[in-house]
Amino acid sequence: MSVAERPVMVITGSRKGIGRYLAEHYVAKGYLVEGCSRGEVDLGTPDYRHHQVDVADEKGVRTMVADITKRHGRIDVVLNNAAIASMNHVLLTPAKSANRMLEVNVTGTMLVCRDTAKVMMRRRYGRIVNFTTIVAPIALAGEAVYAASKSAVVTFTRILAFELGQWGITCNSFGATPIMTDMIKGVPQDKIDAVVNNLAIKRLGTPQDCANVCDFFISPSSDNITGQVIYLGGVT
Amino acid sequence: MMARKDAYDIVLESLQEVFVQIGTTPPASVGEDTVLVGNDAVLDSLGVVQLIVEVEQRVEQAHSISVTLANDKAMSQKNSPFRTVGVLTDHVVTTAQEAAS
Repeated sequence: MSVAERPVMVITGSRKGIGRYLAEHYVAKGYLVEGCSRGEVDLGTPDYRHHQVDVADEKGVRTMVADITKRHGRIDVVLNNAAIASMNHVLLTPAKSANRMLEVNVTGTMLVCRDTAKVMMRRRYGRIVNFTTIVAPIALAGEAVYAASKSAVVTFTRILAFELGQWGITCNSFGATPIMTDMIKGVPQDKIDAVVNNLAIKRLGTPQDCANVCDFFISPSSDNITGQVIYLGGVT
Repeated sequence: MMARKDAYDIVLESLQEVFVQIGTTPPASVGEDTVLVGNDAVLDSLGVVQLIVEVEQRVEQAHSISVTLANDKAMSQKNSPFRTVGVLTDHVVTTAQEAAS
């Protein structure tokens, strides 16, 4: 496959954790991956290009998408993985912390969807997967604002599916169970055990689980799968 | 700085492209006063969305200026920066100028 024919994927929050795993996974599958995070990354392959961008920065996102479009002329897939969490009782949550979570998790997701969809619609093809979390449907105490921001992502994605469907762009959400990444390293083990013990499948999630769901959503054959949300572990 | 004539040409080319994309026969003549939003508009609201995206991409391609043309007044019949071809052209020039500075 020539470079011009290879699918182009944008992954946000690709510096570490699930995002980084997915970047490596899709480079191995032949994608040209364009990642972004606030920090630097070098995956050591020309098939991965990193953009040091905060997804909540409108100008930064616009510049990144313009650069990708200039070099590749297309964007096929977007995995909106970038997010921040802060486990705190709501009575102890400062407005600054709440606003930052909403800014990155909701506005950041919207900005990346908006600017990449503008590129996708010209080719009448696109796959968008926005990452949510099981802590919203299970109403996990201590994660009120984070869960609320991710509920917003699900609603946003459902409506986005209707707004972009006519241009062949599908939009779906994916919610992982707890995965041992930096995001939950500060969460007490007994809290994680309690969540896992209430799942239908009583184990932690893995980056491979995430890749499996993404593989399904972004398959060209999934052109009639849109506005959906899949949670791992039996959560509905 | 983007010349108004360049912006006007981009708007007209984008409008023709959108007519092709949505399969609508263009009006006999298109010019500064052609209405884009509201009563007598030559496009429906989704057509306007397509037009704005098309203009943004052409500005980026031709002038390497990344612009976001949408704002809160987009669909207002009275104040929309997209209400006619001429108004949109002026809005493109202003927005490109701001983005380049």
